[in-house]
Amino acid sequence: MISAGCDVGSLTTKAVILNNTRLLGHAMIRSSINPEKSAYEVMEQALKATRLSFDDVGFCVGTGYGRERIGFVKKTISEISCHAKGAHFLQPSIRTIIDIGGQDCKAIRLSANGEIFKFITNDKCASGTGRFLEVMAKLLGLGLEELGSISKQSSRPINLASTCTVWAQAEVIMHINDGMPSADLAAGINEAMAARVAILARSVGIEKDVCMTGGVAKNAGVLEAMEKQLGVPMRRLRVDPQMMGALGAAVFAREKMEGK
Amino acid sequence: MFVAGCDIGSLSAKAVIMKDDCIVASSVIFARPEPGESARVVMDGALEKAGLSMEDISCCVGTGYGRNAVPFARAVESEIACHGKAAQWLKPQVRMVIDIGGQDAKAIRIDETGKVVRYAYNDRCASGTGRFLEVMAASMGIDLDDMGDISFQAKNPVALSNQCVVFAETEIISLIHAGRDLPDIVGGLHKALSHRVASLARSIELAGEITMTGGVAKNQGMFCALQEALGVELIRMDEDPQIIGAIGAALVARQTAAGER
Repeated sequence: MISAGCDVGSLTTKAVILNNTRLLGHAMIRSSINPEKSAYEVMEQALKATRLSFDDVGFCVGTGYGRERIGFVKKTISEISCHAKGAHFLQPSIRTIIDIGGQDCKAIRLSANGEIFKFITNDKCASGTGRFLEVMAKLLGLGLEELGSISKQSSRPINLASTCTVWAQAEVIMHINDGMPSADLAAGINEAMAARVAILARSVGIEKDVCMTGGVAKNAGVLEAMEKQLGVPMRRLRVDPQMMGALGAAVFAREKMEGK
Repeated sequence: MFVAGCDIGSLSAKAVIMKDDCIVASSVIFARPEPGESARVVMDGALEKAGLSMEDISCCVGTGYGRNAVPFARAVESEIACHGKAAQWLKPQVRMVIDIGGQDAKAIRIDETGKVVRYAYNDRCASGTGRFLEVMAASMGIDLDDMGDISFQAKNPVALSNQCVVFAETEIISLIHAGRDLPDIVGGLHKALSHRVASLARSIELAGEITMTGGVAKNQGMFCALQEALGVELIRMDEDPQIIGAIGAALVARQTAAGER
């Protein structure tokens, strides 16, 4: 029984193909201006990797920011529900999810059976979202991935006093002009990011196990800073955390096929 | 007796020289990296215009973000107090000052003597400060000083859905790509900033006659947009709204020199 999930985000579009509970394949591309086109493209990539075609997919669920624009899905579900579904599917002990996307951040609380009973979103302020890191990486002339890896070499992370991305940018420029090493800049940026997200997370309450999803979860600097900030370990999931929304969508699709 | 006020802001430095009840000279420069240097340069500019030297100044008071770095200041005063004092001195009927600077915005309520009775302040979030317009002007490739004139050609100002400077910048770029007219975008930006500042002002309740000070007040498009957002007519200052803080500092210097403080 083949099901699929397609997550059209603001920056990236993801697809996951499931055979019952087995993950057959996944793909991710940069979102184009046309969500419909992005969705087709990423699905074709994911299907190609699994040697399947569109006709083999029994049910596809769409999620993410651009979900209403995907032509081939039979149902759309919010990304909050999909992240919860995906995380609970992989690791039923998860009670708190911190999802940092390219333009927003969410903290979600789950009950023991995986139901959402509380969540909070920030999509008003760029600080505390992936955009903050993107702006900073550009400033440092680093790739987004490097921002995480390079920060490990830091011995004295810079301290950023400003929350606002615009003001923090000015602070970082000052530190660059002072000749601060890139590692210390990157580590300080990751810590500032984690501090901001931790406030949002604490406002829904932290219950173990906790995991991070979304693209920023791949930044080890932010992940470790979050653990320090919240004083709890972050449960590492066995699937790329950026795929969680698409995975959850695929799990929902399977349930639909089972008539749930 | 000559007195002076020196206002070292984040983006610009201002100096005013007064004699009795008259403003003799003023000067505005872009801030230098070092606030002490800004103070010296802007003060020299004002002194030169007045045909005076530093020895002629009985007392100078510093204000603004870099006030403690003004080497020749005898005393310092907060910019909130200075804006209140100067606004009342220039327009005695004023009971509220809305000051939008390069990196902050303030709403200040004053009594009939110019004393501050209540104020609200934003320097946490760049949206709602002059930086908002600065960033947008840069991303549209237009001059900050031209925004006012451009906005008066707006037919149907855009309604921005984002407040955050970072997100709004992306929105602006897509509006340009979507073929929206530049005046409509600029008009929409003024509207957005005005609403942000108006809610700051409302947080301390609007009271009496209101004036607008700070560099952003020179932008006539913003002046009109703020009037609309507040639903009141604003009092126009006869002096450059950017030097109001420095005038306030000079007034404090006058009191200090007279031994009144």
